[in-house]
Amino acid sequence: MITNTERADFDLIASWVRPNERVLDLGCGDGSLLKRLIAERGAYGYGIEREEAGVQAAIAQGINVIQGDLEQGLSGFDDGTFSHVVLSRTLQTVKHSEHLLTEMLRVGKEAVVSFPNFAYWKNRMAVMQGRMPVSEDLPYEWFDTPNLRFFTILDFESLCSKMELVIRERQVLDEQGNLILEEPNFLGSLAIYRLGR
Amino acid sequence: MNVSQQQMSVGCVISQTAHFNLPLTLKSGAQLPAFELSFETYGTLNAAKSNAILVCHALSGHHHVAGYYADQPENIGWWDSIIGPGKPLDTNRFFIVGVNNLGGCHGSTGPVSINPATGKHWGADFPVVTVEDWVATQARLADYLGIDAWAAVVGGSLGGMQALQWTLSFPDRVRHSLVIASAAKLSAENIAFNEIARQAILSDPDFHGGNYYEHNTRPLNGLRLARMLGHITYLSDDQMAEKFGRRQRPGAGSYSFDVEFEIESYLRYQGDKFAGFFDANTYLRMTRALDYFDPALAYEGRLADALAVARASFLVVAFSTDWRFAPFRSREIVHALVHNGQSVAYAESNCAHGHDSFLMEDAHYHAVIASYLQRVVL
Repeated sequence: MITNTERADFDLIASWVRPNERVLDLGCGDGSLLKRLIAERGAYGYGIEREEAGVQAAIAQGINVIQGDLEQGLSGFDDGTFSHVVLSRTLQTVKHSEHLLTEMLRVGKEAVVSFPNFAYWKNRMAVMQGRMPVSEDLPYEWFDTPNLRFFTILDFESLCSKMELVIRERQVLDEQGNLILEEPNFLGSLAIYRLGR
Repeated sequence: MNVSQQQMSVGCVISQTAHFNLPLTLKSGAQLPAFELSFETYGTLNAAKSNAILVCHALSGHHHVAGYYADQPENIGWWDSIIGPGKPLDTNRFFIVGVNNLGGCHGSTGPVSINPATGKHWGADFPVVTVEDWVATQARLADYLGIDAWAAVVGGSLGGMQALQWTLSFPDRVRHSLVIASAAKLSAENIAFNEIARQAILSDPDFHGGNYYEHNTRPLNGLRLARMLGHITYLSDDQMAEKFGRRQRPGAGSYSFDVEFEIESYLRYQGDKFAGFFDANTYLRMTRALDYFDPALAYEGRLADALAVARASFLVVAFSTDWRFAPFRSREIVHALVHNGQSVAYAESNCAHGHDSFLMEDAHYHAVIASYLQRVVL
């Protein structure tokens, strides 16, 4: 099932990928995003996926998926191999966040990162009421979540600044997939960035 | 054999022989005036001849890949687990060809064969063959079968090297290459193991410089040792611990050098079994072919440059418990292909059986192969 924000997330990423680009999608799952980038943008893409089910599904879809663990970085991939390296809704599941961002901008000319905003007002409300948030973009219970890192738009931008990453573009979506222009850290459920050096 | 296995089996198969009378110049410069290859086929070649898959064998393999012989129902092909109706290499869809490599000892021309120039066994005079030579002879078999291009070439271990070499020797004659539990070249450690195996054979008094056939003997002890050593490297430490641990044989504790532990018994059994049917001269040549394989050598070690000529799509598979051909060796191939922008998918299975995992029925591994082959257009 593709959620509203997932569709909007994919729409934005697809609009940022220019025709015939070479793309690497990290945590590509069943390869749905890559399939779309290939079909709509004529992109040439590879995906990395850790889980067996995702790898099998991606292979069945004709996607060039490489089974591997993002925690081990992207060693083996040469510098500047890709136009875009995409990390869609996966940064929060990775332990070595800084290392992965560094690696993305080593093997790619531009990084595309999207993540659920923990400071979204509904999430704040849930915590205020004493419960961990469960929402469209944070759909898991605390005991079965693959998410390891919980951070906000402000937190992420402060890390970018510390790492001297250039934010080339930021788009923020609410749970329905609508663009949020004001108070993004309060009204935004999902944030999507284009990053460079 | 139970009913479901019978339904999934390609059933009764026959071994065939192809004769090739055009001289063959090998990579070493040696020439063979003529040669024969033993092969088997499963499934039906379609009218467009676009559904043929070549299965390349590893060190001790041969052309009997699937099914059984009418007169030997217990002699089941070495990769029967993956080939058959409804199996990953689905014989309802594909025409599968298994071949015994040149220099082998299962019917193809090799050291055991009679050298027409002397009327004696080739023995020591049989040339050293390489992966490139095998691919060249397999191409002649493709011609013989009327196959312009393989839908896929598939192989594990040394067979994977052939699947890779096919894409370099004949880029237009292979559409997909499935390289399983393999590497683009052996490591020093790999060559070291092969050297000890060869020394075991070469130093056996019954070896007679490779011309043991004339002495009506065979270097059984050397071959046995070679296989025992090899066998250790095909298994994983965990699997050995689980299967044998330190379990002792009944009556152990005799403070002698008889078989005391189960693992010793197992290795001796495997060694004896292998030495009973395999040819030592073939073993020497198969291990040498492994050692020599290094397509990047002509490109100062740059594998990506060596693979650039390939036009096939690749599936590379490795096993996390395989230390003889560890996953990072497979990833070297993957990264070189990605560097070139070539089509490649890579899967890694946790199957516990070490290097031998490629022969096992692992759910993820088999699902990956089956899924990948769906993309083959017939």
